[in-house]
Amino acid sequence: MNSIALPSYLDQSDDVRSRFEALKQRQVILEVKHLCKSFDSQHGRVTALQNINFKTHRREFVCVIGPSGCGKSTLIRILAGLDNPSSGELLLDGEPVFDPGPDRGMVFQGYTLFPWLSVKRNIMFGLQMQGHTRATAESEALNWVELVGLDKFADAYPHQLSGGMKQRVAIARALANKPRILLMDEPFGALDAQTRGKMQANLIEIWRNIDITILFITHDLDEAVYLADRILVLKAHPGELVEMIEVPVPRPRTPEQSISPEFLATKKRIEDLIHPSSDSDDDNDLHMIRMAHVGDDVERTK
Amino acid sequence: MSQATQWFAVRQSLSSKQATTLTVLSFLLPLLLWSVVSYIPFVWHPKVEIIDAGAVDWFQPGMLVERAVFSEQLQQANAQQLALPTGRRANPIYLPAPHQVASAFVTAFTTAPKRSSEKWLHESLWHSIKVIFWGFTLSSLFGIPIGILCGTYAAVSKLQEPFIEFFRYLPAPAFGALAVAILGIHDGPKIAIIFIGTFFQQVLVVSNTTRKLDIALLEAALTLGAKRLQLLFRVVIPGILPDLYRDQRILLGWAWTYLIVAELIGTSSGITWFITQQARYKNFDNVFAAIIMIGIIGIVSDITLAKLGKRLFRWQKG
Repeated sequence: MNSIALPSYLDQSDDVRSRFEALKQRQVILEVKHLCKSFDSQHGRVTALQNINFKTHRREFVCVIGPSGCGKSTLIRILAGLDNPSSGELLLDGEPVFDPGPDRGMVFQGYTLFPWLSVKRNIMFGLQMQGHTRATAESEALNWVELVGLDKFADAYPHQLSGGMKQRVAIARALANKPRILLMDEPFGALDAQTRGKMQANLIEIWRNIDITILFITHDLDEAVYLADRILVLKAHPGELVEMIEVPVPRPRTPEQSISPEFLATKKRIEDLIHPSSDSDDDNDLHMIRMAHVGDDVERTK
Repeated sequence: MSQATQWFAVRQSLSSKQATTLTVLSFLLPLLLWSVVSYIPFVWHPKVEIIDAGAVDWFQPGMLVERAVFSEQLQQANAQQLALPTGRRANPIYLPAPHQVASAFVTAFTTAPKRSSEKWLHESLWHSIKVIFWGFTLSSLFGIPIGILCGTYAAVSKLQEPFIEFFRYLPAPAFGALAVAILGIHDGPKIAIIFIGTFFQQVLVVSNTTRKLDIALLEAALTLGAKRLQLLFRVVIPGILPDLYRDQRILLGWAWTYLIVAELIGTSSGITWFITQQARYKNFDNVFAAIIMIGIIGIVSDITLAKLGKRLFRWQKG
């Protein structure tokens, strides 16, 4: 890789290095090998994902970030079994997986709660599909309702909940199945900034308390750095993995860390990867045309 | 806000008082128009009802003649210095006044049929309702499951829908003679016509509704471990129920539109028999009353079903 020198991220302190060495010693939960996805479009064959390789380890929090069109949503849909890869392999606990299943929980960006079921019944849904009796499913669901702090809303219907509450139910619904990995596709993308912050803190809290590996897609740099152990950075056309960033920010994380040097350096690094300055970025150049006369105190545009 | 913008704000809802006012008006305005035409002689009244025939030998009291004819006869009688006929302006017999129709509402039920073999009005109405019920129930029994399967499985859809698309253009009454040949002259062919009129539309409407279910819900169910049949019975069907219910309400309205044609097939029966019979006797007040009764039955059943739907599907917004 050419050198955009960022010593504070690439030169790991002993602390950070040993942390990630330990992490990589852990059991591999999900392994992606030579994954490719291409499809036919009006403009010929499009490669959405090209030779993606990575591993996630037990209780690891991995974020996937990249510009729009990098295929991150396609990637997570393939991991969930909702789309098929063109080639390559997907191993869960060393076993190849193809179809969707309860071993990979998914939280979607849009709200996908079943509107005809109450909060409690939504959480019971997966358990009942698994063949649990109604009574077992119910008591289990009530535990989850409590864990995501929605005790008062157990019998409410989805349309009575706010966006943040809906996503908390969606997380509980996926986790109630005891999946090996939780896949999250920009789950907080539709929420306002304040709610998003709370949800991120909630999620970290849940992740700390249970044995779950999380793969989380986002386009928000701060979100990625705040949540992740490691960040997969994808680039677009074709969607390729450009770097796997080991986030040096220590845990437990707090929002105040977002101005710490490690945090900022990591963020800067992702930014450079996603928007290389050498590229002629004609998307972003707006021609400034003066539309109306304004006072002279306003700086003239070119 | 000015008065005009309050009533005509683009796509803004009205206050409940405004809405009620307009609902009442929507019924009052046609009634008002009808009353004006019926009660104010110079508005229309193209006929003259003879009160006294005078010297005109072919006039009879109670007879309706064209105004022009009446004035011609009047002039002739005047010229010949004979007794003058008298009369008052009247509407044609096919347009009874509101109060006549209103009283027909009661008398139609209380008047015994002219022949003992004929049916009372309430019996005719009940017969019509039974025909609709069976036609619609049979259609739904087949139409709903097939529609759901078409909307869920592409293979079923490709196998069924092209033919159904073709068949739905065939007018149901065209099968009348065939239905009588196969099913006899009584209720069988009538139910068959309602079935044919409803079923093919029903399959297409239901399959469309099924396809509108957000695919993300199915994907979510898959990631929660739902398998094929569970998807159908635990996600697709509960997910479309409110829309399906609404479709059924609309389709029931369509079934009623086929009723009149259906009841003319074979031996005429039900409310249609009543209407044609009363028209033959020139009891147009009864004819109007019967037509309005169909409307009332329709709107009352629709409002009842709408209210019931709100109770059944509480999980829906609004």
